[in-house]
Amino acid sequence: MPAHEDGWVSSFVFLLFCASSLPAWGRAGLLQEQSPQHYFRSLEAGRASLAFFTHPVSPGAQPFLEQIESSAEVLQDYGISVVKVHCPKQDVSRYCGKENVLRKAYLFRGNLLIREFPTDALFDVNSIVSNVLFALLFNEVKYVQTLADLQNTENVLKGRSNMVFAYVPATGTAEHRAVMEAAFVYGTTHQFVLTTEAALLKATGNDDADVSSAWLLFCHCQRATDPAQPCRRTALGQPLTLLNIHRHLKLMGAPLVTEVAEDPEKVSTVHLQLGLPLVFILSQKDTYEADRRTAEFVAWQLLGKAGVALLSRDFVDLNVLHRSNVALKTPEEGAPIQYLVLEDTDEVITLVEDKSKVKQIQEEEEEEEDEDEKENNNQDIQDDQVVEAVSRDKKRELPLEQILVLTEETFHSSLSEASRTVVLFYASWEAVSLAVLRSYSEVADHLKGTPGVLLSRVNCWDWPGICTQENVTQFPTIKIYGKGEQSVTYDGMWGTEELTSFILLSRVSCPLRLATMDEAEGYLRGEFPSELSSYHHTSLLGVFSSATSKVSKAFEEAGNILSGHVRMGMYFEDDAMALSHKYSVSPPALLLARSGARSVEGISLSKQSVQDMVQMIRYELLDIFPEITVQNLPQYLQLTRPFLILFSDGAISQMESKEMLKLAKGRPQQTFVACWLNLKKTPVGYGILRTYFATVPSLPVLVWVNLHAGGQVFKFPSEQSITEVNILSWLERLQAGLEIPSSTLSEEDWKPPLPAYDFLQMMEAAVPELPLHSSHSPGDNPAQHPLQSPGGDPAIREEPSQETAAKKVVSPGRDLRGTALRLAAREKQGKRHSEL
Amino acid sequence: LGLALYAGSLCAVGDATFLYHDYCVLGAGPAGLQAAYFLQQAGRDYVVFERSHAPGSFFALYPRHRKLISINKQYTGKSNSEFNLRHDWNSLLSHDRRLLFRRYSRDFFPAADTMVRYLEDFASLLELRVQYNTAIVHVTLERDGQAWNGHYFLLTDQDRKNYKCSSLLVATGTWVPNVVNFPGSEYVEGYETVSINPEDFAGQTVLILGRGNSAFETAENILGVTNFIHMVSRSRVRLSWATHYVGDLRAINNGLLDTYQLKSLDGLLEGDLEDLAIVKDRKGKLHITLRFYLENRNFSAGIDSITLPQDELDNFATRAPYDRVIRCLGWKFDFSIYNRSLNLMPGKGNIKKYPQIKPSYESKGTRGLFVLGTASHSVDFRKSAGGFIHGFRYTTRAVHRLLENRHHGVPWPSTVSPITQLTNSIIKRVNEASGLYQMFSVLADIILLRENATAFEYLEEYPVGILAELEIQTGRKAPNGLFVIIMEYGRNFSGADKDVFYYNRAVGEAQHAWQSNFLHPVIYYYKHLPTEREMRLRPPEWPLPRPDAIHHIVEDFLTEWTAPNAHILPLRRFLENCLGTDLRSFFAESCFLFAFTRQKLPAFCQQGYVRMQGLLGSEGLRRHAVQAGLLQDYTPTDSSGDRPPDSHDRSQDQLLRDHVIPVRPLQHLVNAKDE
Repeated sequence: MPAHEDGWVSSFVFLLFCASSLPAWGRAGLLQEQSPQHYFRSLEAGRASLAFFTHPVSPGAQPFLEQIESSAEVLQDYGISVVKVHCPKQDVSRYCGKENVLRKAYLFRGNLLIREFPTDALFDVNSIVSNVLFALLFNEVKYVQTLADLQNTENVLKGRSNMVFAYVPATGTAEHRAVMEAAFVYGTTHQFVLTTEAALLKATGNDDADVSSAWLLFCHCQRATDPAQPCRRTALGQPLTLLNIHRHLKLMGAPLVTEVAEDPEKVSTVHLQLGLPLVFILSQKDTYEADRRTAEFVAWQLLGKAGVALLSRDFVDLNVLHRSNVALKTPEEGAPIQYLVLEDTDEVITLVEDKSKVKQIQEEEEEEEDEDEKENNNQDIQDDQVVEAVSRDKKRELPLEQILVLTEETFHSSLSEASRTVVLFYASWEAVSLAVLRSYSEVADHLKGTPGVLLSRVNCWDWPGICTQENVTQFPTIKIYGKGEQSVTYDGMWGTEELTSFILLSRVSCPLRLATMDEAEGYLRGEFPSELSSYHHTSLLGVFSSATSKVSKAFEEAGNILSGHVRMGMYFEDDAMALSHKYSVSPPALLLARSGARSVEGISLSKQSVQDMVQMIRYELLDIFPEITVQNLPQYLQLTRPFLILFSDGAISQMESKEMLKLAKGRPQQTFVACWLNLKKTPVGYGILRTYFATVPSLPVLVWVNLHAGGQVFKFPSEQSITEVNILSWLERLQAGLEIPSSTLSEEDWKPPLPAYDFLQMMEAAVPELPLHSSHSPGDNPAQHPLQSPGGDPAIREEPSQETAAKKVVSPGRDLRGTALRLAAREKQGKRHSEL
Repeated sequence: LGLALYAGSLCAVGDATFLYHDYCVLGAGPAGLQAAYFLQQAGRDYVVFERSHAPGSFFALYPRHRKLISINKQYTGKSNSEFNLRHDWNSLLSHDRRLLFRRYSRDFFPAADTMVRYLEDFASLLELRVQYNTAIVHVTLERDGQAWNGHYFLLTDQDRKNYKCSSLLVATGTWVPNVVNFPGSEYVEGYETVSINPEDFAGQTVLILGRGNSAFETAENILGVTNFIHMVSRSRVRLSWATHYVGDLRAINNGLLDTYQLKSLDGLLEGDLEDLAIVKDRKGKLHITLRFYLENRNFSAGIDSITLPQDELDNFATRAPYDRVIRCLGWKFDFSIYNRSLNLMPGKGNIKKYPQIKPSYESKGTRGLFVLGTASHSVDFRKSAGGFIHGFRYTTRAVHRLLENRHHGVPWPSTVSPITQLTNSIIKRVNEASGLYQMFSVLADIILLRENATAFEYLEEYPVGILAELEIQTGRKAPNGLFVIIMEYGRNFSGADKDVFYYNRAVGEAQHAWQSNFLHPVIYYYKHLPTEREMRLRPPEWPLPRPDAIHHIVEDFLTEWTAPNAHILPLRRFLENCLGTDLRSFFAESCFLFAFTRQKLPAFCQQGYVRMQGLLGSEGLRRHAVQAGLLQDYTPTDSSGDRPPDSHDRSQDQLLRDHVIPVRPLQHLVNAKDE
C-alpha cells in the first residue's frame, strides 16, 4: 500500500504543477518585497497576486506576516504571487495611505482588485489559501445557501456535467482549503458547489451527520436523465483532505464497470493503483447481459470502495472452478486472486466493505461447525425428506375409512367378496410406505362408489405371514386381486392419479376382445367400454386375421404385462379386413387413437416376441413433443437420448409449438427427445434453470442437455427466434463442437451425506486392553477403515469417549425423570437439516 | 407315497438286512420332531426312532413337579406371529397355526403334561414319520466311499433290527442323571424318584445336593412343610435374571433364596460334593462328614468311631442331622450307544455333559453326525438358549438348511433386494425375527452385498460360529463384503455377581448405543468374509472377529427399534458409510431435479423413479418437507423481475449444494422460540 500511495502522490503533485502553469520566476524568494510603484507596474494581466502594504515600523503585524510568508509557497503553486509592498513614509496613495492598512490584504488579478481581506480572516495558511482561492474561483465554485439554490444548480447540470457538493462548517478551514484546492484542479470538469449551511447538509440526505465536520458528495448528474429525481450521489467516506478528494474524484471519473478479456492477473485499473481492490464478475456468453446488470449493480454499491470488472470466461481460459462467479484482486503486490462462489450481491459487497468482518463471520461459522462436530456432527438430525415429512405428519389422523383393514384371518375371505380387491402392503414404521398410504387414501376418495373395486390394506408389521405368503419383499407393494385371476402387482408411480387410473383401467381386461365392428369403432373413439368412457387415454387396437395367431398371442401377452397402464383392445373377427381397409392397414396391425387427436394411426405389426411387442407399444405411446412433467419424465429417460427442452413460463406459444413439432416430427430416427416444460405446472424447472445458468434466463429458453453422455448443457441463443431452421443449424453447430456449453452436469457420486457414529473406535478407546487388533491380518491397515474420521489422531479421538462417558452419567436411560430432561434438551437442540 | 417312503428301501449288506433312510433322527422329543418337520417339508427320506411309545417321553416324567418354567405368553399386544414367538418358549416351528402352544395352555408356566400332549399333536397333525418303541442301542459306522460322508451309520435297536442311514441326527437330549459317588451316597435319593408329595416331608430336615432349577423346584415344593432345607453345591447360585441365561435359577423357583436371606432357617452352602460323606446313625438320621475323615477308618467300627466335622469345629454349618438327602444334579448325554469309531466324546469342563460338536452342530469326531436339541447346548452353554426349545427350534432349522445345501444342492434360502431396501430389511428383522432374539449371539442374519452395492442378498439365522465357512455351507457367494446382524447384551452386563439394576443402566441416546446393556441389535460390517484364523483369534466374549465397522442400535425399552431418528437414522448412516453411498429416500420431484441436473442419481431415484416407480407424495407431505427445509419450493412467490439477478433467495439451490450449510432463517426461528 505505501508504495502505491507514494506513487500517486507524486503524480498528483506533478499534475498540480501542470494545472497551475508554473510561475515564470523562480521559487527563490517566494515572498517578494517591492515598492508600491514597482508592484503596480509589474502586475500582469490575468495574473493573480496577493499584496499587503507595510510601513517601516509596524511591529503589531508580525504574526500575520509569518503566516503570509509561509502561505506564499502554497499560493505560488497556484500561480499567485504574494507581495509585501513597502510603503514609503508619508505615502498617502490608495493603499499605503490608509490608516488601517496593515489590517488588510489585497487580491489582484492583473491590476484589478478582486477582493480585500481583513487580516483577521487570514489567520493561518489554510485560511489564506482557501480564502484566496475561493475568491479567485468565484465561477468554478458556486456558493449556495438554500436548498432551492442547490436544486437549481443540480437541475441545470443534469445531463451535462457532474457536480461536487461540499459542506464545510466554516470557511477558512483546512477542509475548505482542500475543497478549494481540488476545485482549482477539477473546477473545469465538475461544477463545485460549496455551502456552510448545516440545513443543506441535512437536506442532502445526510441526516445524522455531524454538522461540525465537513462532507463531500459526488453527484452523478451527467448520467441523470430524470429531472424529477436528484442525481445519484456518492459520498466521500473519508476526511476532507486534498488527497482524499482527489482520489475520490479520480475514482468517480473511472468507468463504472471495466470490461476485460484477459487474465485477471494482468489487469490493472485506477482502483488498484489507488490501493483499492478490484472485483471481477465472471461471466459467460450466455449470461453476459444478466452478469453485466449484476456488475453494474455491484459497481454502484461499491463506488469509491472498489472497482468492478466484468470478465468473460469465454475469452479467458481460467483454471478455476466452474462454479466460481466472482474473483477478487487486492492491490497488495503478489497477493493471489481469490476465486469465490457467492450467492448474492450482498456477499460481494460485504466481501469488499469489510473484509475483516467477513473473515470474522467465517471464523465464527467455523467455530460453530466445530462445536457441532464435537457435539453430534448433526448426525442425529433427519436429512431424509420423506422420513421427515412423514414424521411431521404423523399426528394427523388419516382418512382411511374407505380402506378395509385386512388381517391374517380376513385376507382370503375378503378377496372373494369384491370382484376386484386392491391391497396395499405396507409397514407402519416405514416412511415410504406411509407416504404411499397417504396417496392411497386420496385414491380411495376418488374411487368412492366405484362398483366392483374394494380398496384394502395389510400392515406387514402386524401380519408378516400374509406378506411373506403373497411374496411381498419390499414396502410398499400394491397388488390387485381379481376373482379367478392372477394378482397384478402395481408397478407405476406412487401417486394418486396414476394409481387411480391404473385401478380403473385394470377393471377392463387387457387386451379387450371386441366382438363387433361397432364396438371396435366405439373403442377407437373412446366410447366403449362405457366404464372407461370418461377417462381419456390413448386407445390401442390390434387387428388380426385369424391366420396370424402367433402375433396375436404376443399381443395378448403384452396386454397382460401392460394391463392398467394402457388401453388395449383386439379384434379378429371375420370382418377384420373391413376395419383394416378403413384405416388402410393390413392385418396384423395396430390402430392407435391418441386422446385428443381425431385421427387414427395405423402401424403394421411384425414383432412376435412379447418383449418386443411391449417395447413397441410403449414407444408408440410416447408423445412426439410432450410437455415433460415429474410424472412422465421416466418414460422419456428410458430412451437414453439427449433432451431438447423448451422451458416456458406457462403454455408455449402456437408459433413455438408449431416449430418444435415440425422439428420433432422430422427428427431422424429418435436422435433426441424434444419436449417442453411448463414452469407454472412444474416449478421445479426453475431449480433446473438455476443449476444450468445460476440465474433464471429470460423465458422461454431452449436448452439442449446431453443427459446420458457428458452432461453438457447448451442454451439456444436468446436473440434468435425459435424456428425449426434456426434450431437445426444451431444443433449442427452444436454437434460440430462449435458451441460452448453453458454448464456441465455434476458427475459427482451420491456419497453418504454425513458420517456415522464410529462405535468401533469408541469401543477401542474405552477398552484399550481389548486385543481387537490381534484378529487382524497384518496387511490390513487400520487407516483403511471406512469410518475413520479423516486426520483424526488417537489423542483427539479419546476425547469424545470421555465426553460420552461423562454424558452418560447425565443421560439416564429408562429413568422417567430423566426422560423429561432429555426431551427438554432435545427440544432446545431441535434444529433440522436444511441440506440434502 | 408317504407309506412308501416310510418303508424305505431294504438293502442287504453281508448277512444283516438294513432298513435304509437318508436321515435317521434319534429321539422324538422337541428337537427330533422339529428336525423331522423340516425334513418332511423338504420331502426328504427320514425316520425318527423313539424308544418310548409316544413323543416327548422326557416330559412325561420331568420336571417332576410338572410345571414347565418356559413362558407361554398369551398376549403381547401385537399380532405379528413372528414377533410373538419371541415370547413363546414352548412352540415348535411349523406352518400350522394350530400348533402354537398358547392354544394348548393358558398358563404362563404351563404343565409338563401339556407339553407331552402338544408333542403328540405335533407328530400326528404333521404326520411325522416316527418309529416308536424303537430304542437304538448301538450305533456304528460302515466305511463306504459312495456314502455322503464317506460312511454310513449302522443302527441297531433293542430287537436287533438294523438300520442304515447316510446322516444321523442325534436328538436324544440329556436324560442320564448326574450322580456323584461318595461314601454314603447310597442314602441319597434321586430327583428322578423322590416323592413329590409334600406330606412325605412334613417335619423333616432336608439336604439338597445341587443348585439348579431342579434343586430349587424340589425345595420350592416342600418349603412349607420341612423344618428347614439346606442346599449344597460347588458353585455359587446363578440367577438367570442376572446372567440373562434361562438355564440358571429362574425367579419362579427361587423361594428358598427368599427364606434363606430372610433368616427362615433354610440355607445355601458352597462345597465340593466330591469331598462329602454321609453317615447314617442308628436313628436313621443322616450326618454330613468329610470323605477325608473316613479314609483311614474301619467302617466296621460303626458310626461312633467316625469323626464328624463338629467334633473339631463345633460350629460346623451342617452339623444338624438330616432326615433326607436329595440329589438334584441334572442330566447328561447318553454316550453309551455309540461305537468308539464314532469318536463321540464328552466336552471338557462345564460342558462335559454334552458331546463335543462344532459350531455347525456337527460332531467333531464323525462327519454326518449332527447333534440337535438340548444335547447341542455346548455351543452356547450358559450364553444363549440353544439348550431349550425356544432356542434349538432355530438351530435345528439352521442344521437342516446346512444339510439341504450339503446333500441336496439347495442353497441357504435367501432373498435378493435392491439396495434401497437395505435399511428396511434390517429394521424389519431386528423388530420381529424371533430366531435372532432367542438365539442371540449364536444365530445371525447375513447380508451379502452384490457388486457395486446396488443389491444385496439376505440370509436368515445363520450360525455365526461358522461364518468363515459361509460360502461352502450356504452355497452363496460373498465377494463384495457382508453385514452380520446379531443381537447382544452389553459386554459386561451379565454375570452371576453383576448388579443388573444399577442406576443409569439403560442407554437412551443413539450416539451411546455401543454401551447398551439390554439385548439390542448389533451390525458387523466386513469387507471380506472373515477367515477361520480370524474367527479363532477373535477377542474373548466377542461372537465375531473385529469388523471393519460396527453399529449398535440403541437398546429399547419396548424392544421396538422403529424410531425414525433414534433407531433408523443412525442405522442408515452406518450403512451409507459402509457402502459409500446415499441411501435416503426422495420424492419424485427431487428425483426429477436430479435427473436433469446430475449425471448420477441416488439409489432411491435410480431404482424407483427412473423405473417409473417414483414417490409422488401427497401435497401435505410435500409441504412438510418444504417446511423442514429438505425440499425446495420453486413456485415463484413474487413476479418482480427488476431485482438484481443474483439476489434471489439464498436457499434456492440447496438441493444441489454439496456441503452442509444450516439454513439460517430456520435456525433463527428455533432460537427465537427458545428465548
